[in-house]
Amino acid sequence: MTLYSLTLNGQQRTVDADGETSLLQLLRNEFCLNSLKYGCGTEQCGACRVLVDGEVTCACTRTLAESSGTDVVTVEGLSEDRQLHPLQRSFLDLNAGQCGYCLSGILITAYKLLQTNSNPDRSEIAAALKDNLCRCGAHNRIIAAIEASASMTDE
Amino acid sequence: MSSELPEALQRNPLLSTWLRFDNEKVQVQTGKVELGQGISTALAMIAAEELDVSLDQIDIQTGRTDSGPNEFMTAGSMSIEGSGSAVRQACADARAHFLNQAAGLFDVSPEVLSICDGVISNPNGNEQISYWQLLDGSQLDFEANGEAKLKATGQYKLVGYSTTRIDLLAKLTGETAFIQDLRFENAMHARIVRPPGMAFSLSSLDASRVESMPGVCKVVIDGNFIGVIAENEFTAVEARKKLHQLARWKTNQADRLPPDVPRFLKENVDESLLVVDGTPTDSSIPPLLDAAGGIHCRATYFKPYHLHGSIGPSAAIAEFRDNHLIIHSHSQGPHVIRAAIAQALGMDLDQVTVIHAENAGCYGHNGADDAAMDAAMLARHYPGHPIFLQWQRQDEHRWEPFSPAMLIELDACVIDGSIRFWNADIYSQTHMGRPIPFGSVTNLVAAWQKADPMPRAEARPGIVFHGGIHRNADPCYQIPEKRIVKNLVKDQKVRTSSTRSLGAFANVFAIESFMNELAYASGQDAVQFRLNHLRDDRARAVIISMAARLRGYRLKERDGWLYGRGIAFARYKNSKCYAAVGVILCINQETFEISLVHAVISADAGQVIDKDGLTNQLEGGFIQAASWTLKEAVLFGEYASISDDWESYPILTFPEIPTVETLILDQPQEPSLGAGEATQGPTPAAISNAIFDATGIRIREIPFLPEKLRSLALKD
Repeated sequence: MTLYSLTLNGQQRTVDADGETSLLQLLRNEFCLNSLKYGCGTEQCGACRVLVDGEVTCACTRTLAESSGTDVVTVEGLSEDRQLHPLQRSFLDLNAGQCGYCLSGILITAYKLLQTNSNPDRSEIAAALKDNLCRCGAHNRIIAAIEASASMTDE
Repeated sequence: MSSELPEALQRNPLLSTWLRFDNEKVQVQTGKVELGQGISTALAMIAAEELDVSLDQIDIQTGRTDSGPNEFMTAGSMSIEGSGSAVRQACADARAHFLNQAAGLFDVSPEVLSICDGVISNPNGNEQISYWQLLDGSQLDFEANGEAKLKATGQYKLVGYSTTRIDLLAKLTGETAFIQDLRFENAMHARIVRPPGMAFSLSSLDASRVESMPGVCKVVIDGNFIGVIAENEFTAVEARKKLHQLARWKTNQADRLPPDVPRFLKENVDESLLVVDGTPTDSSIPPLLDAAGGIHCRATYFKPYHLHGSIGPSAAIAEFRDNHLIIHSHSQGPHVIRAAIAQALGMDLDQVTVIHAENAGCYGHNGADDAAMDAAMLARHYPGHPIFLQWQRQDEHRWEPFSPAMLIELDACVIDGSIRFWNADIYSQTHMGRPIPFGSVTNLVAAWQKADPMPRAEARPGIVFHGGIHRNADPCYQIPEKRIVKNLVKDQKVRTSSTRSLGAFANVFAIESFMNELAYASGQDAVQFRLNHLRDDRARAVIISMAARLRGYRLKERDGWLYGRGIAFARYKNSKCYAAVGVILCINQETFEISLVHAVISADAGQVIDKDGLTNQLEGGFIQAASWTLKEAVLFGEYASISDDWESYPILTFPEIPTVETLILDQPQEPSLGAGEATQGPTPAAISNAIFDATGIRIREIPFLPEKLRSLALKD
């Protein structure tokens, strides 16, 4: 075991674990974060997405050793003081989801998209989400929620 | 007792089984479970409406075997009709009881009292008392009598409107929402090691190198059932990987899978049943109907094996302690899996408790039940610790029961513009492989695998109204003579079971494609042809409203793409939600790529409970069925599936999703009709009909891949 440190949702954290542990296992088991999900383990579904140094990253294949010293943000860290982030607010308002298992990874993708493109259109949103799988068919609501959030932040 | 009492309430008549009143809240206990379909929100709306409390005052507890009602399975689009009507009547009875009590206290007639947020007010005396004060810590430990009048629909404030889903906030913020979020003291992580497929058994496995890995608690080898329990997840995954490398499997030539599935289905029929009015009969199978003259058409349609394809692989948490098993499971039937596991492990029913927890949407019988059994097996081998078993992606893709392949032959004749007869032969394996315990056989994989194995249950033909293979096999249309035959292939080398809408997906695909073929062959308009064969005004209304919107859609066409429109209709199980689906799509002239542009759904689900929830289900059903139709087929090697990830089994992605508009024809005076599977059937036919409209190519084999379209185009 080795000591690793990283910034997690704004806080400096240190952990003693095998460096080959995936970031997904670490965040869920050591830090009890629920948002990111195990879906495929091979970067094919996007359910485990987090931000690592501001980049959208699949936590299922990223190891702890590779994450050492980085800045990791999960859905739990999107907003402060337990307030809802505008994205979460519009997903809630539009009932954008069914089973909800894919939503955390989608929120991360959308968050990053809105940082680089504050007013994306439908096709830009859909293109950004191409590697986030949703099986329930809630796609149109999810796209609408991201559009609504973008226009809210715009005003 | 009133004979009108809803069935679920008759079976579980004690009001306190359904409703618990504590801390100014009402806990509604239902035997149905949340699968992502939004049932907890709809039931909460029904309860809040009937009890005159606010939605915030309702907590929903779903599917526990140690409290609440037993409502068997959450399946077949029956929760609103079944649990919904039971909850509504239970709440009405409870409300009437409280009103009578308060009226006695205030010495007035109950009619003068009003209720808001569970507080009963007497306008004459400025007196108030709440449900909770009346109960004073007790519960409604008496039976429903069904005598209380239900609230008139005109007085509804919640039901029929839209609300925010009660489960969504937690799912958006990372609060505890899913089975994977349950964390227990001293819990251990587990993985299973399955062979490459059903045809394989263990030849040898020397697990000593894995048993000695630091952090590994136990390697369980019980016949062909293999699992590993470890102190942490990382070790469990590493150990699974090593065990897979070390295990040697063997198989038999006899277990080789048939290379040609349509032929296999046709040549291996075990039982054929004549289906009359949606129900299989004992009657002998008559010869094919025929008639002289007219326009005679024949066509064969095929649907391959599909995956449920949950985004979250199955999981379960089980603990064996003091001779009792507690299992947390996302099974669709907590009481059913409880009995099946007790039977398979030789335990008494009261030694097993099953508590439902959500996982990703399952869309039918996926790995949930098997994962529960696997966790139970592991817990028995390692007592005293909660065992958290997570299936990996490959486990789910390879070991969930598949949606069966189906072959459908249709043959009909149009005389003077009307269909004279209809012949249908439907070939399929079972849609009913659920682990419903009966006799000494089982449908749980681990029970087949363990050292003292239980035999597999033999597939039996479902004989209920619109059961499995024959679900929606009987067209809703007025046709003088019909000969509909379901042909069951019992073989289970490829294991099959229930997937959302069961046989309706393929049957309606065939019927509604064929309706267009008949209309085209007889020179009639596809919409009018359907209307001419329908007497049910509600069926006509969904078709007419959908077709009008579809015609009105303003299209911006692109060069190099051919555009087409297609429609289809079905009433789910010929007795539930009516749904018409219209599709606009385009096809690339060079690549034959199919791009869905827009869809219109029109549905009549009777009285609407949760309008937005209903819309979500109808749209989601369309998109999921479009994915099945355009992209999905399980691929096989010689002995087993080789579709073990999302690359080898692609599904529809965000850039491929069309815009969808949904029209809901609310019928507040009519009973609610199950709608969770209503759009599944019409979707593939609407797409197939639109492809024909665009290109003149008739595609009858799912999935509609570009290469298949190209080869059909070359044939023409």
